[in-house]
Amino acid sequence: MIWNKEAECMPFKEREKLQLERLQSIVKKVYDNVPYYRKRFDEIGVKPEDIKSLKDIAKLPFTTKTDLREGYPFGMFAVPLNEIVEIHTSSGTTGKPVVAGYTKKDIEVWSEVMARALTMVGATKDDIIQNGYGYGLFTGGIGVHYGAQKIGATVIPISAGNTKRQLEVMVDFGSTILTCTPSYALHLAEVAEEAGITKKDIKLKAGCFGAEVWTEKMRDAIESKFNLTALNIYGLTELIGPGVAQECPEKSGLHIFEDHFYPEIVSTDTLEPLPEGEKGELVLTSLTRDGMPMIRFRTRDITSLRREICKCGRTLIKMDRVTGRSDDMLKIRGVLIFPSQIERALLEIKGIEPHYQIIVTRPHHLDELEIQVEASKDIFSDEIKHIEAMKKKIESHIEKSIGLRVKVTLVEPKTLPRSEGKAKRVIDKREL
Amino acid sequence: MKIKQISVFLENKKGRLLEATEALAKADINIRALSIADTSEFGILRLIVQDPDKAKEVLEKNDFTVRVSDVIAVQVVDSPGGLASILKILNDNDINVEYIYAFIQKSGQKAVVVLKMEDLEKGIKALNEKGVILLTSQDILQL
Repeated sequence: MIWNKEAECMPFKEREKLQLERLQSIVKKVYDNVPYYRKRFDEIGVKPEDIKSLKDIAKLPFTTKTDLREGYPFGMFAVPLNEIVEIHTSSGTTGKPVVAGYTKKDIEVWSEVMARALTMVGATKDDIIQNGYGYGLFTGGIGVHYGAQKIGATVIPISAGNTKRQLEVMVDFGSTILTCTPSYALHLAEVAEEAGITKKDIKLKAGCFGAEVWTEKMRDAIESKFNLTALNIYGLTELIGPGVAQECPEKSGLHIFEDHFYPEIVSTDTLEPLPEGEKGELVLTSLTRDGMPMIRFRTRDITSLRREICKCGRTLIKMDRVTGRSDDMLKIRGVLIFPSQIERALLEIKGIEPHYQIIVTRPHHLDELEIQVEASKDIFSDEIKHIEAMKKKIESHIEKSIGLRVKVTLVEPKTLPRSEGKAKRVIDKREL
Repeated sequence: MKIKQISVFLENKKGRLLEATEALAKADINIRALSIADTSEFGILRLIVQDPDKAKEVLEKNDFTVRVSDVIAVQVVDSPGGLASILKILNDNDINVEYIYAFIQKSGQKAVVVLKMEDLEKGIKALNEKGVILLTSQDILQL
């Protein structure tokens, strides 16, 4: 099923024309209405009139997360605040969050792209969508909600967590579509198995999973345990939230809703645009966003683009599954953190040596963070209870700083890599 | 009458205890008493040696985390009830024992145990009052 055939199956040439018109209009809009963009454009001497073809987008400056933070809270808005009808923030934990503002029209666009995404997964108005993404400032829950409402499906706004109730609702209400993070879907499947809930008790036919990097292996596991089709969704708060791209049942890439979000792939070294098919960093420009237009936002996600007519009939460009990031940022249980944040928190504790290593694992489908710290004289004691208390203190201090539960392990001095040169701080053992 | 104990942090890794004891052996340091407290992740090796300062130096040179702390060594009668009589004194005075371990002794002599209490001073006072003999570092050299 295709929600919006005209837009999703539009011939390439026609769509390019539409994209150019929209690009020219949004570039003019940000130049006129957002002082940040005007300043950046003027600095490199580019004017809205310079955008004569889609390729000219490369003349425009990039926008980064740091730029957005500097504009905190409403500096990136292109309309007066009274036209903003909704606000969300990013899940990041470094300093101030990124604030996203939506006009009434933006919410309509969001509902539209989410309706396309959910339809691609198989949702119709007859479906019961169990929405296990978090509701609140996080865009996941509300985004799916808008799409489900637009389709006319029955949405269960159960939000994230409370596994027991999730399973009870899944069985009793007969949910047919599950939306949540893939790791949580696997967790649900395992708990269901333990509780003796069988495939016969569950009516799920499809799942729309995203907000974290996952693998084909995880897909296989979720599909076989729940007997459903598990599809990948992609999005980010800076652009709109979920609904930037969605995988179709062909499972050969995610269709980017490129009439609203214009994708480029740039080299992580030179930041020069790369030809189709090459792997690099995904850069996105919002073509229709009114409240907070985004010009060449560096997502830091590594992927590649392919243009082809998909067997599903859509002409929308496809992006590959995201395989990593161009910075050293880690995504742990859906939360983005930099190793440096952990370092900062660690060094705030007296007596800790600046040598540490972060080990990321996914033992039971949920990410776990272990931080190895060298047992300095100040931490060490002749009594176990003092050492344990010190470990607890470090753990709770880090948790308070980064918002994630961690496990601290003490190792012997001089066994961790030193900070001179490029020390390997993070060992990611997850199979991503 | 406190004596010095050396504590060494040991990761639960193959060969670490061996390396620590070999380092001491090379420096000609004799171990008089020892115990290991272990958890699932790490262990603490506690040692009484004749020259604690030298032992500390040697171990630190070999990249071990070392801590010197005060404990007491008590002579107890090497017969049934010997240790219990000491513990009863501490118990009567509401003094908690953190850990305890025995000296390596030749048979037929008096037994010596190492004790660490929550409040070391209070413990020493209580034991002294009951006439319990606490060993000095000088005594340790003789053992």
